[in-house]
Amino acid sequence: MKPAKFEYHAPSTLDEAIALLVRYGGDAKVLAGGQSLVPLLNFRLARPAALVDLNRIRALAYIRDENGLVRFGAMTRQRTIEFSPVVARRLPLLREATRWVGHLPIRSRGTIGGSIAHADPSAEYPAVLTALDGEVVARGPKGERTLAPAALFETYLTTTLAADEVLTEVRLPAMPEGAGWAFEEFARRHGDFAIVGVAAALWRGGGRVTARLATAGAGPVPRRLSECEQILERDGLGDAAIEAAARRASELVEPDTDLHASADYRRHLAGVLTARALRRARETARG
Amino acid sequence: MADVRLTVNGAAREGRCESRKLLVDFLREDLGLTGTHVGCEHGICGACTVLVDGEAARSCLMLAVQADGADITTVEGLMRDGRLHPLQEAFREHHGLQCGFCTPGMLLTALDLLRVNPAPSEDEVREGISAVLCRCTGYHGIVKAVRAAAVALAPKPG
Amino acid sequence: MSERWIGKSVKRVEDFRLLTGRGTFIDDHPPVGNVHHAAIVRSRHAHARILGYDVSKALAADGVVAVITGEDVAKETKPFAVGVTTPVHYYCAATDKARFVGEPVAVVVARDRYLAEDAAELVEVAYEPLPAVIDPEKALEPDAPVLHEKAGTNLAGHRRLVYGDPDRAFREAEVVLRERFRFPKYGSTPIETYGIIARWELDGVCTVWSNFMGPFIMHPLTARVLGLAENKLRFIVPPDIGGSFGIKTSIYPYIALIALASKHAGVPVKWIEDRREHLLASSSGTDRIAYREVAAKTDGTVLGMRFKWLDNVGGYIRSPEPGCSFRPTGNFVGPYRFQHLEVDASVVMTNKSLTGPNRGYACGHLYFETEGMMDRLAEKLGLDPVELRRRNLLRPEQFPYRTPTGGYYDSGDYPATLDKAIGIARYDELRREQAKARAAGRWFGIGVALAVDPSVSNMGYVATALDPQFRAKPEYLPKSGAVDSATIKVDPLGRVTAILGTTPQGQGHQTIVAQIVADELGLTPDDVTVVDEMDTFTRVWSISSGTYSSRFGSVGTSAVALAARKLRAKLVDYAAHLMERPVADVEFRDGAVRPRAGKGPSYSVKDLAGRAHWNTESLPEGMEPGLQATAVFGFTVSKAVDAEDRVNSSNTYGFIAEVMAVEVDRQTAAIRILKYVTVHDAGTIINPMIAEGQIYGGALHGLGGALYEELKYDEDGQFLTGTFMDYLVPTASEAPAEIEIAHVVSPSPLTPLGSKGLGESSSMTVPAVIANAVSDALAPLGLRITELPMTPSSLWHLIRDAQKT
Ligand SMILES: Cc1cc2nc3c(=O)[nH]c(=O)nc-3n(C[C@H](O)[C@H](O)[C@H](O)COP(=O)(O)OP(=O)(O)OC[C@H]3O[C@@H](n4cnc5c(N)ncnc54)[C@H](O)[C@@H]3O)c2cc1C
Ligand code: FES
Ligand code: FES
Repeated sequence: MKPAKFEYHAPSTLDEAIALLVRYGGDAKVLAGGQSLVPLLNFRLARPAALVDLNRIRALAYIRDENGLVRFGAMTRQRTIEFSPVVARRLPLLREATRWVGHLPIRSRGTIGGSIAHADPSAEYPAVLTALDGEVVARGPKGERTLAPAALFETYLTTTLAADEVLTEVRLPAMPEGAGWAFEEFARRHGDFAIVGVAAALWRGGGRVTARLATAGAGPVPRRLSECEQILERDGLGDAAIEAAARRASELVEPDTDLHASADYRRHLAGVLTARALRRARETARG
Repeated sequence: MADVRLTVNGAAREGRCESRKLLVDFLREDLGLTGTHVGCEHGICGACTVLVDGEAARSCLMLAVQADGADITTVEGLMRDGRLHPLQEAFREHHGLQCGFCTPGMLLTALDLLRVNPAPSEDEVREGISAVLCRCTGYHGIVKAVRAAAVALAPKPG
Repeated sequence: MSERWIGKSVKRVEDFRLLTGRGTFIDDHPPVGNVHHAAIVRSRHAHARILGYDVSKALAADGVVAVITGEDVAKETKPFAVGVTTPVHYYCAATDKARFVGEPVAVVVARDRYLAEDAAELVEVAYEPLPAVIDPEKALEPDAPVLHEKAGTNLAGHRRLVYGDPDRAFREAEVVLRERFRFPKYGSTPIETYGIIARWELDGVCTVWSNFMGPFIMHPLTARVLGLAENKLRFIVPPDIGGSFGIKTSIYPYIALIALASKHAGVPVKWIEDRREHLLASSSGTDRIAYREVAAKTDGTVLGMRFKWLDNVGGYIRSPEPGCSFRPTGNFVGPYRFQHLEVDASVVMTNKSLTGPNRGYACGHLYFETEGMMDRLAEKLGLDPVELRRRNLLRPEQFPYRTPTGGYYDSGDYPATLDKAIGIARYDELRREQAKARAAGRWFGIGVALAVDPSVSNMGYVATALDPQFRAKPEYLPKSGAVDSATIKVDPLGRVTAILGTTPQGQGHQTIVAQIVADELGLTPDDVTVVDEMDTFTRVWSISSGTYSSRFGSVGTSAVALAARKLRAKLVDYAAHLMERPVADVEFRDGAVRPRAGKGPSYSVKDLAGRAHWNTESLPEGMEPGLQATAVFGFTVSKAVDAEDRVNSSNTYGFIAEVMAVEVDRQTAAIRILKYVTVHDAGTIINPMIAEGQIYGGALHGLGGALYEELKYDEDGQFLTGTFMDYLVPTASEAPAEIEIAHVVSPSPLTPLGSKGLGESSSMTVPAVIANAVSDALAPLGLRITELPMTPSSLWHLIRDAQKT
């Protein structure tokens, strides 16, 4: 289990990185935290001609909180997010989700950009991005573009990023003051990717309820549960509405069967976890 | 081939290796630090865990070239003045190891855990060390050892 | 009185080096220079004929010094001896056909492992794919693909063993129950994988360093395969092995393969198995389909049982299989009194990886089924499961007890042990709590499981696989035995060194030996240095040597105690001579030989050592110079299997009683362990800390098999669990926190210290106890667990189906 040969580049600027990606014309891979890519290299399931390591590009690691938007440089470590006071205050859902991403030593290296670019359907960050209406910024030789989750996630482990594009920034609107949240997850072991996970956020404002719900592990891409959100926004946060939303969640998802769980079981879990997440989010919500 | 210069256990070290060489292989083969173990080479078992710039990380998921300029701590660097670190002492006291193969990764993971959470509950210890697989101990002695080490390492009042 | 060390939780001497990263594991070992590295090319097909090889590209690759293929293996090695008479040719790599995914087909040797893996990708093997079969029942159907044409069948072996008169028991029974069980294929995935360094020298001696754990019967087998005289093949085991749990017994075919690679390459060759290889093709227990029947009276007395087993050993039957069926022969009846038993054991080959000992070897299977049947019987008769068991347990006055299958249970008090478990668990209170929980709609269950815990297998059991007629032939060599040796010497300054030929994998042998020697010679453990590195050229050993089958606590410690006593006797003789007193007038006490009564000089070990070494003239006439003693301990109860298939398959027998309470989540079907009590009777406990460490570890192994771990294949024999993301090893978050351990001590009359083994311990009971607890939780749905592992998904489906009907 040793990687095949590759050329290695560690540019210190984004422009250099993009130039390198262009030069290899699709045969190079971006290396971020390496927590997903290096296992693939070790198994020789990925065998790029070159690696473009982003770890020396200082300008890609930051957390900025401006005008209601929290912006993360793609190379921000999951561990940094876990302990960031800004995240704790402005995006408690992201913070909670982070605790579910592998283990601390994985999060020491793993990055927010890498997790999203890797697009594992069971991963937590893509679900949070989807739930909170975030977006990502990608830069390539032709310039920069901004993508919403629906435009980014294509299917299992596949995004619409081009081979010479680098995901540079992740943007998440700060959760309103008093919002409730919960990330509920069911995995067979602690630290595993979710069998199913549900990200939920709720807040009240202007006399109405706003709900945000998305799943991980219940289909080829994270799934926004807009219809469930509508049920809650229409019927409020009573037990009956939550039950109805949960039932709808299990109808909406399109999970597959794999080694760890059947599609039916995942469908069932999507409902169970939606209800659990909503109840807990309701408890934490203020106002 | 690439040059790698780094600090390991407080000493400046250097070597030359292929850019594909994993950090764990570099530590073991090029620097002769065989205390760091290899158990899966895909990030799950945690046997290869070392501290990179003070934070626990898998050395099987890093390339040696990426560690250029880094400050690494391996299990060989835990003793001070010929004496066991209080965490090592606690592992011995509470039978936190049998075959000892997971132990280096377990120690460094626990050290990092205690740094971010100096007084963890039992559940928090379990969650923290769930980053490392052990097949011998059923984790019982390890959990006890980490909790005891937390007490031993706590700043004394007054 | 000098201090006693046996029975104390003495801290381990091993720990210092292991905690500081200074252990010596096989991969840390460069015992010789110019070591090259091997990468193994493996079959991607579950079943395929090999048409040819092209190694030219690989040979031309950077850094490559040799490539060997199945062709070389066929030409230059012999197949391994197998434990059945069916003609199965098992070589160290595929020669004619590949019979499971991951089977070795070629080996590349290069300057380093990276280059070896590069070149391994360039080895071309032409295959003709064949249909595969992975289910043992399907493999026995007439139109199933046959793996071994020479055998003409996938049935590697079959025995019908009859003890007593089971037919009559079933005729006279008032209740008969039947059930089908499935036990999964899982291993123990030690965190350290297999590792080998082989050096084939021009003088015809081949030295192999490896983390092989024994039994050393595999040494002569391997020598024969390589065409070497036994004394030209040297096995050396490094002082530290990173766990094994039975799995590293089965490294020996790789030893032959890497030795052959070294012979071809002309350089020492090192191979460290990677995790993918380990999951694909190291070793595991068998998956088994079992049909069980129990015959009983309405008062709960069990009259007899019938076992019908299909054990799946994978593509070949590799020794010591079919131990999967026969290792527990002597304790087939477990802790119960019934006398009539029929065992119909089929050992089946399919296109899965090969099997062998895995912690609890075959006992996890046995008790999962038996204890499951006991619960069914209790339910059927409306009896409490504890009460039903109590009515069938062996009574203390029956010990030593000869089981109908030939086992000789040396000691025990089973009812007392069960009572202790019930007491600690507050069983009655638990039942009341359960009633409340059930009333509230919760799925709360209590499980009980009992097991006779056999230790130190008697080599002789293996022959149970052979027909009695075959065994009766004059040319047949009967087999029996369980032997270990130890040497203890005193150096000129009075320091003591104990030398063993065991292969510990974390069990703390050095510590335990130091404790025993300290007690026997009136020293402290610190005074004793223990050297425990097996080397077949320098250690006293026999075919049963090694550290497996929970041997050390029983046979290894006995050899140490006897050697120490021999040495002590010599010290006494010598001192008596110096004191000019009859031997009967002196005694060894508090580290010195002293007069039994009255005043007079005494001689400490140090005194005696100095004199004996510096002045041999001072020795009594006829005394051998030097202060050392070697003892070889063998059990006299180890006998060959008899004509009625009875065999004392182990030498000491402990007992385990467990109670577990669980709750099954009504929504997710996840199982939560609320209470787990495990009580062990393993005779005298030498070091309680180490003993309990074995129990915690064993219990988690059992839990892994019951809930998480399975080596899975699809219908076509493609392997599905090649990573640690798919093969789930429990972490600290899954390990039960609520675990209570207690002991009952019935010293073994067969060992000098009264100790028995307990290394396998709860690995054999946890699958049973948790399955029973979950069955009890789901009893309101009419559900009973018959298959493992119980994953949340599979359990949820069972529950949903039960709720539908
Ligand atoms: C034991 C273990 C457990 C884990 N458990 C979880 C879990 O529970 N949940 C979870 O979500 N993850 C889990 N992970 C994965 C981990 O979170 C990774 O960090 C993450 O999936 C990838 O992030 P990375 O920074 O490590 O990216 P890398 O591994 O470096 O890259 C992953 C992929 O994304 C591409 N990429 C990375 N960054 C960019 C970028 N900026 N622009 C374009 N492409 C990019 C790479 O080319 C590569 O294809 C686990 C990993 C391990 C080893
Ligand atoms: S070897 Fe690095 S995590 Fe297993
Ligand atoms: S002590 Fe052996 S794996 Fe942990």
